[in-house]
Amino acid sequence: MSKVKVARKSTRIDMTAMSDVTVLLLTFFMLTSTFVKKEPVQVTTPGSVSEIKIPETNILSILIDPKGKVFMSMDKQADMVNTLDSVGSHYGVTFTEQEKKKFKIAQTFGIPIKSMKAYLALKGEEQDKVLGNYGIPTDSLDNQFKVWIQKAKAVNPAFRIAIKADQKTPYKVIKNVMNSLLDLRENRYNLITSLKNETANKK
Amino acid sequence: MAEIQSNEGGGKKKKGGSKQKKISVHVDFTPMVDMNMLLITFFMLCTSLSKPQTMEISMPTNDNKITEKDKDAVKASEAVTLLLTGGDSVFYYTGQANVKDYSSLKLSSYKADGLRAFLLKRNTEAVNKINDLKEQKVQLKISQEQFKKQVSEIKGGKGTPTVIIKASDRATYKNLIDALDEMQICNIGKYVIDKITPGDNFLIKNFRNKGALTQGTSK
Repeated sequence: MSKVKVARKSTRIDMTAMSDVTVLLLTFFMLTSTFVKKEPVQVTTPGSVSEIKIPETNILSILIDPKGKVFMSMDKQADMVNTLDSVGSHYGVTFTEQEKKKFKIAQTFGIPIKSMKAYLALKGEEQDKVLGNYGIPTDSLDNQFKVWIQKAKAVNPAFRIAIKADQKTPYKVIKNVMNSLLDLRENRYNLITSLKNETANKK
Repeated sequence: MAEIQSNEGGGKKKKGGSKQKKISVHVDFTPMVDMNMLLITFFMLCTSLSKPQTMEISMPTNDNKITEKDKDAVKASEAVTLLLTGGDSVFYYTGQANVKDYSSLKLSSYKADGLRAFLLKRNTEAVNKINDLKEQKVQLKISQEQFKKQVSEIKGGKGTPTVIIKASDRATYKNLIDALDEMQICNIGKYVIDKITPGDNFLIKNFRNKGALTQGTSK
């Protein structure tokens, strides 16, 4: 009876190749992707066949949720602070350095100027929770939205306005926003859509 | 001894057979892979790959300085008016609305056989020309710049329809985008978003009532 000799194999696997692949993937993701902005409301943009990409800098985006709440965001923090300052002085509200700092961190804002101070006093997580309930007032009696746009444009004239609205938003709200923009002679702007494949749409 | 030397090949010989300790250059890459995987997961979850698309539109100013004469510059024969209403339906009429005849208003949809078929038919000439150009571009007969220039010439040319989009309050944002999308698909260069007037609302109402509202006046 002879013993069956089992060859001892090393269980070591060379991870170099794997490491190469992961580094490649990582580089790809880092270079091609952009960070998702934190948005207070979920917005599904309608599809279109348009293939123009949105420019990367100097974007003043207006977010409109299905219920008609309006939020805004800018891509530069310095612009945000300056805009807050000038809007504040327009309504007779002054902000402390600390409040400005907090405002700067928030990526999207949409708070009536009267509640802004109370809102900025909240902690980060609480801010996220309540922000969805607010929205910049756009009605004709108290059109703070118009003031925001006007001041933002004064701070940075290079801003391109982009409207991002949910596909179920009633036209009434959009019309309101567009009219406010028209009143400010902002008649060139972008509408953000998601890519729709034309062949799928032909069915 | 001899065996080792022969195993290690030429490198050793150069050093005149001096005994050197062989250090293993194997590095364990497992932690590195772990970390990379983590980073990849993070990037995949926290970023978006595709940049959103955008449509560029320019609205007419609501400047009061524009005279009535300028406003009526669109020929009635070239004008197509779209009325976007609720329930994803769209009405259209060509030229000026005929209030007395409710059937001058047509009900359509955003599907390919609805609005698009109609607009393509109205714009056949331009669409054909642009398709020709596209073919030429694919065959590299003309450059991208030439193509763009010629397309915009065709789009703004005579005889192409001018579309007036009027959305009612019940229409959704998607309807508006769909309508604008059709302009792009049908190669229509001249279009404008306008306010809906009470007259347009009346037309729709009249259509829904099958002309009941104007029956008294037409006879």
